[in-house]
Amino acid sequence: MADQGEVKLLKTWSSLFGLRVVWALKLKGIPYESVDEDLTNKSDLLLQYNPVHTKVPVLIHNGKSICESLVILEYIDETWSQNPPRLLPRDPIQRASARFWAKFMDEKQALPSMWQAFTKEGREQEEGVASIAENLKLLEAELEGKKFLGGEEIGIPDFALGWLVNLVPVFEEILGLKIVDEERHPSLSEWSRRISDIPVIEESWPPRDKLVTKWAAIRDHFLATARASSG
Amino acid sequence: MANNNNGDVKLIGAWPSPFVMRSRIAFNIKSVEYEFLEEKFGSKSELLLKSNPVHKKIPVLLHNDKPICESNIIVEYIDEVWSAGPSILPSDAHDRAVARFWAAYVDEKWFPNVRGALNASSEEAKNAAVGQLKEGMALLEGAYEEISKGKDFFGGEKIGFIDIAFGSMLAWLRALQVMLGGVKLLDEEKTPGLCKWADKFSADPAVKDVLPETDKIIEFAKLLVAKNKAAAASS
Repeated sequence: MADQGEVKLLKTWSSLFGLRVVWALKLKGIPYESVDEDLTNKSDLLLQYNPVHTKVPVLIHNGKSICESLVILEYIDETWSQNPPRLLPRDPIQRASARFWAKFMDEKQALPSMWQAFTKEGREQEEGVASIAENLKLLEAELEGKKFLGGEEIGIPDFALGWLVNLVPVFEEILGLKIVDEERHPSLSEWSRRISDIPVIEESWPPRDKLVTKWAAIRDHFLATARASSG
Repeated sequence: MANNNNGDVKLIGAWPSPFVMRSRIAFNIKSVEYEFLEEKFGSKSELLLKSNPVHKKIPVLLHNDKPICESNIIVEYIDEVWSAGPSILPSDAHDRAVARFWAAYVDEKWFPNVRGALNASSEEAKNAAVGQLKEGMALLEGAYEEISKGKDFFGGEKIGFIDIAFGSMLAWLRALQVMLGGVKLLDEEKTPGLCKWADKFSADPAVKDVLPETDKIIEFAKLLVAKNKAAAASS
């Protein structure tokens, strides 16, 4: 059993990336201290432990920092390998696939296209929405017949997609659009329910009304900036 | 290819791609033979489209016909499967996290500026990209000093994960320096550690037949830039 040591998590109240780490720590039963940052006024701790990006989340374990949410998840899985659940499968092919889908969420299309649909209007927004639809089709196909993206057990790719469950309804409300629906996305919808049923995940969602307020303000800000510069 | 216990190992790629170079270097480190299926410039083979339907990009490793995609993920796979050979990822969990962090940094923050500098349509855009690249080089120099702990490589005495992730970029880095009229990214004064590292990395037996000559990359880059311009003009 790995020496627990001191575990501190720097995040924000709403950070989706921080939420992934919260789920991993809670599911594995790892005690930790949580520090909610104000990113408009970054703490010395954050600047010291993530000097390259000054972003959250940052995990500090025994005084050493680990940055980037997916890197943190793998670190947690390796360091507390005795604590179930396993976040990555044992089989190398399945591990490669899990890493592939986790990366897909963040770096390739899923989140960036969501961002575009959310912060733009007109044709650019339409393109973002079309891109999201493409990505969701791929995810729907990948999920078919599986309980989780990781297979039988929840794993890193499921954590990476977690924002779909909590944030998409918020975006749908603000944009007045339907992004995920039961008809086009039966497997994704089923997966969302399954994720939400996990107590540790259910109890960790940031308050919805606060999220709506925050994201509506973000959208307004981006639209105002775009209109001002093109007007 | 008779590979005894290694199974059937194929790599779909192309010689100029730094991402493909990563897989090839990893295979060399592990002394694993593979069949190199080279894509033709400007077109994508049926096999590639079938093996990587999501991104349609190289490299793709086909191990006993099962595809593995994404260059850093492929290197981790190679390290895990051929565990008897010299290890690529460090053994300590925190060191591994640091290695993954910097490999991700190269791809997400540093490399896009290479593209940006090459394809820039204005002097301003080009200078901005070069500025970002130089900042990145300073960060990587710092990382090298800290992580190598006086040894030759990020991985210590032998090439490791960060060496492969960043070293695979060297041919393009050197080409860029020439194409941008002598811009110094590897700078004896500002990045002395990386200058020494670059030479050692390029000369390593696992690397030297994989990293192309700078001239060949410059030639290829011109073709690529022209192709990108044509595509942008027609869209």
